[in-house]
Amino acid sequence: MAGIEVTALHKRYPDGTVAVEHVDLSIGDGELFVMLGPSGCGKTTTLRAIAGLERQTTGDIRIGDTLVNDLPPAERDIAMVFQFYALYPHLKTRDNLAFPLRAEGLPKPEVHERVEEAARLMRLGPLLDRRPRQLSGGEQQRVALARALVRRPRAFLMDEPLTNLDAELRADMRTEIKHLQGELGATMVYVTHDQVEAMSLGHRIAILNKGRVEQIGTPLEVYDRPASLFCAAFIGSPPMNLIEVEVADGKLRGEGGLALAPPPGLSRDRRLIAGVRPEALEVTAPGEDRSVPARVVSAEWLGDEIIYVVDHGGQRDVRVRMPPTVRFAADATVGLRHTGGTPAVYDVSTEELVA
Amino acid sequence: MAVSVDEAVSTGPARDHTPPARRLGGRGRSVLEVTLLTVLAVVMLFPVLWMIETSIKENRDVYAIPAKLFDFKVTLAHYKDVFVDPDGGRSALSVSFLNSVVVAGVSTVLATVLGVPAAWAYSRFAVKAKKDQLFFILSTRFMPPVVVVIPIFLMYRQVGLIDNKLGLILIYAAFNVPFTIWMMKGFVDEVPAEYEDAAMLDGYTRLQAFRRFTLPLLMPGIAATAVFALIFSWNEFVFATFLTSSDSVRTAPPAIAGLIGGTTTDWGLVAAASVVFALPVLVFAYLVRKHLIAGVTLGAVRR
Repeated sequence: MAGIEVTALHKRYPDGTVAVEHVDLSIGDGELFVMLGPSGCGKTTTLRAIAGLERQTTGDIRIGDTLVNDLPPAERDIAMVFQFYALYPHLKTRDNLAFPLRAEGLPKPEVHERVEEAARLMRLGPLLDRRPRQLSGGEQQRVALARALVRRPRAFLMDEPLTNLDAELRADMRTEIKHLQGELGATMVYVTHDQVEAMSLGHRIAILNKGRVEQIGTPLEVYDRPASLFCAAFIGSPPMNLIEVEVADGKLRGEGGLALAPPPGLSRDRRLIAGVRPEALEVTAPGEDRSVPARVVSAEWLGDEIIYVVDHGGQRDVRVRMPPTVRFAADATVGLRHTGGTPAVYDVSTEELVA
Repeated sequence: MAVSVDEAVSTGPARDHTPPARRLGGRGRSVLEVTLLTVLAVVMLFPVLWMIETSIKENRDVYAIPAKLFDFKVTLAHYKDVFVDPDGGRSALSVSFLNSVVVAGVSTVLATVLGVPAAWAYSRFAVKAKKDQLFFILSTRFMPPVVVVIPIFLMYRQVGLIDNKLGLILIYAAFNVPFTIWMMKGFVDEVPAEYEDAAMLDGYTRLQAFRRFTLPLLMPGIAATAVFALIFSWNEFVFATFLTSSDSVRTAPPAIAGLIGGTTTDWGLVAAASVVFALPVLVFAYLVRKHLIAGVTLGAVRR
């Protein structure tokens, strides 16, 4: 296994589209690193550049100590798992697994042994003599994973491997991939647009937008202190409430008089936006201590929680996550108060985190 | 998911899906349908039947008035005349058939060899002004070919391609390449690019990946496209008439047309030659009929 260094990556296609503006990544040995972003953010292009399937316009890629810029994909010693599995349709599972090894020219007994081992790891025993067409989506993806495993590569690249599976299977496979990664101590770069996948899998997450890295951090860092307004709006479901605030009387004062605990060191004369998670707010009975008057616009009953959309006189309604035991009818007059710690605060003009 | 073209074509009889209620209620309608279809079939097939009949009638039965539909003597003399010269040796017609086979065959192979890799490239790579290029390629097919007969004739005279099989091969290939590119691009789009990506990670070059993994999956599409190109080249009349003059170069369509006129026309021979001319295309179309349907309906349904 080896780490991966991506330095000043830039990719521009012949037709003029810029897929990756500027990306720097430093992925540790044995790390499960997730690239997350909306479609068109450059995450897949970055992954394909690491794989060698795209040649970057400028920038360097190192796998381990090797500069791989000009190496063809096969010589980079990596394995990739694709969204559409890409199992060879005319080959049985067994031969699909053996294929990359035979291409490498390994002796027969070793090929056999490695195929058996990968099949055991991914529990493919009964499927070995079937063709891809006879396998379900989940089974095909397990075969695709096994095909990546047999190579014993220095790193695994995963391009939205679970997107085509149904929800239940996706959760199972997520667990399986995480377990496998830990077991093998494998370096894994995982591309997804699904934040749940990113949060539950990643040791670290890179959030990409418009071909640039917006933030790199552990799932908790990314969730608690999004580095930019884009990240704040992208991570979390429902996403952070973005409330315009000003510094007054040693407090952050939002629209409608909502008071937030101020982070230290904020200058007074800036236009600021506070990012407040739905669970850092509370809907109360009207007139409670520290609450501002508000009105319930709508309530989404999700079973284990209720998401209240509340109008407190600000430009935008805020969303509040409450336990299912606290019930208010739509249109009810209520109170709204902040219960969390100091919120993340952003500059309006730079859209970046200032405190 | 990759779906092979074979699977994509449903072979089940569509009639079975009609709900019984509709079948009963529409009895009058189905009678009308059958009548209409019969009339249409007779109108469409009568010339073909008449051609086949004429080709096996003796000459005096061909000219008989009233026409003899059933009670005539069957003869294969006309078919013999198609292939064998009255003075012995090969007939001029048989030479023209051979020319047709060579010209249509080689031009189709040429168009396929040039068009399939081009289609693959347009499907797989980011090419500058791809849409404009593809439109330009298609635009060469916008006008009727007849329009350019005179310019092509003049150009060919300069380079010595008049009355030359190579000249016909080149012009047919030129007409078939745009068609091949467009039709094949549709087929290539259907084959996931990930097969090639995976193969490249497994140690193949891009071209090897194309040859070993994408090409086999494209074979049904290539067959359908090639048959269309073959039919075009085989049937082409205008260029063949203008660009060839000698019996040794001429293809079958102008050669058959040349039998008509003069003082008398041997209709039996014309009919027999036409039947022989029609047969190969019929057989080909029959062999690849499933792929032909897939070819023309490809992209009609969004998956």
